[in-house]
Amino acid sequence: MVIQTGTERVKRGMAEMQKGGVIMDVINAEQAKIAEAAGAVAVMALERVPSDIRSAGGVARMADPRIVEEVMDAVSIPVMAKVRIGHKVEARVLESMGVDYIDESEVLTPADEEFHLLKSEYTVPFVCGCRDLGEAARRIGEGASMLRTKGEPGTGNIVEAVRHIRKVHAQVRKVANMAKDELMTEAKMLGAPFEVLLEINRLGRLPVVNFAAGGIATPADAALMMELGADGVFVGSGIFKSENPEKFARAIVEATTNYQDYKLIAEVSKDLGIPMKGMDISKLSQQDRMQERGW
Amino acid sequence: MVKIGVLALQGAVREHFNAIEAVGATAIEVKHQEELQDIDGLVIPGGESTAMRKLIDYDDLMPALQRFSLSGKPMFGTCAGLILLANKIIDENKTHIGAMNVEVKRNSFGRQINSFEALLDLKGIGNGFPAIFIRAPHIVRVGANVEILGEYEGRIVLARDGQYLGCSFHPELAEDTRIIEYFVHMVEESKRSILAQLKNVL
Repeated sequence: MVIQTGTERVKRGMAEMQKGGVIMDVINAEQAKIAEAAGAVAVMALERVPSDIRSAGGVARMADPRIVEEVMDAVSIPVMAKVRIGHKVEARVLESMGVDYIDESEVLTPADEEFHLLKSEYTVPFVCGCRDLGEAARRIGEGASMLRTKGEPGTGNIVEAVRHIRKVHAQVRKVANMAKDELMTEAKMLGAPFEVLLEINRLGRLPVVNFAAGGIATPADAALMMELGADGVFVGSGIFKSENPEKFARAIVEATTNYQDYKLIAEVSKDLGIPMKGMDISKLSQQDRMQERGW
Repeated sequence: MVKIGVLALQGAVREHFNAIEAVGATAIEVKHQEELQDIDGLVIPGGESTAMRKLIDYDDLMPALQRFSLSGKPMFGTCAGLILLANKIIDENKTHIGAMNVEVKRNSFGRQINSFEALLDLKGIGNGFPAIFIRAPHIVRVGANVEILGEYEGRIVLARDGQYLGCSFHPELAEDTRIIEYFVHMVEESKRSILAQLKNVL
């Protein structure tokens, strides 16, 4: 019998199982348990949530393996963790620990300003951020098994995530409707691998799951991203920065599943307390825009 | 043509939908209890079982799912769906729908890096089925009258208990439609026998 681990189907399939769900940022075992109890499909183990990374400044790196281990021991749902763009060793370290999914993330300070990881070389699957189809297709070409919009993390402002998902979907629709002999030129224009565009053209959609991330601060934000065609949502700073994380987490989960049930969204949005203050993206300087990281 | 519902709260809903339609049955999205009334069989897809259970509770769907499980209409659980169907789960003191007479162990092949593909020979279905295991559970023990249809390294990964079919792996991710065809046949048979009973009553 031939047995294979780390195949494309196994890695992409893992992300398919997360669809319709919410992946929550957590910084310790206690938060991970709250996330699991609220119905999160996975947790992202971090040392700091994006809004704290912003305010702390300095270099943001992979979390202390102790935190990741603690979270892995605390819950039975999948555990994800972030590595710096291009940091092969951080990625191998997390893989050796048995982390279920790695986010090669612009939220951390990049380790390489030219090259991303060749993610197809790993047994563990990867998720990467994207703002347009060129980025999305390059990451898929490198072996990412899941995508997410970049948005603008840690701002509590949904505007960038909306921009990114609309852009990606508009470009996917265009490629899906193109004649095959037009795809090579489109690949050149987008800076996208030709093979990935062929696959999108054949399937009529992205070949991997695409979640929304970066700035989701309310249940209505989560539902909006689902309405715009996201397969699920990542919620970073929003939940555990809120006054009542249990209630907030549950509200986001319910709004994501039932994103067209507006009465229910009204109900779960009541009395959630003060949401993240939020930042005006146009006030961020170029170097503070995390979405610009990635090539 | 039979109508097969797919519990559409979370997970691999689209894949099951496509597989059902590919073998000529009609797929119906089930998010609310009303949608259970009009279907001949139900698929509970793969996903995260703890999250799916929460969503079932948030929508207050469990009583309706349990009633459905006693209606005689077939149910097919894959991966998380198998966990939701089982009447015993190792190291947990609660069950979910609890209809299928099997005891399951969650994440029993390890974490995601241990997820794998293997070709399996399955009883009543055929040989060389491409089975995709993702953080998969397995069936540790089966009750009386449960038919074991597939094993992998001595672990039960596909079994049938009357109208219930449970699978550790993800047939919906493979292009091979033999398992979903097997389930569609179960649904067709059950529909015929329900119709025959109705005729007798009339």
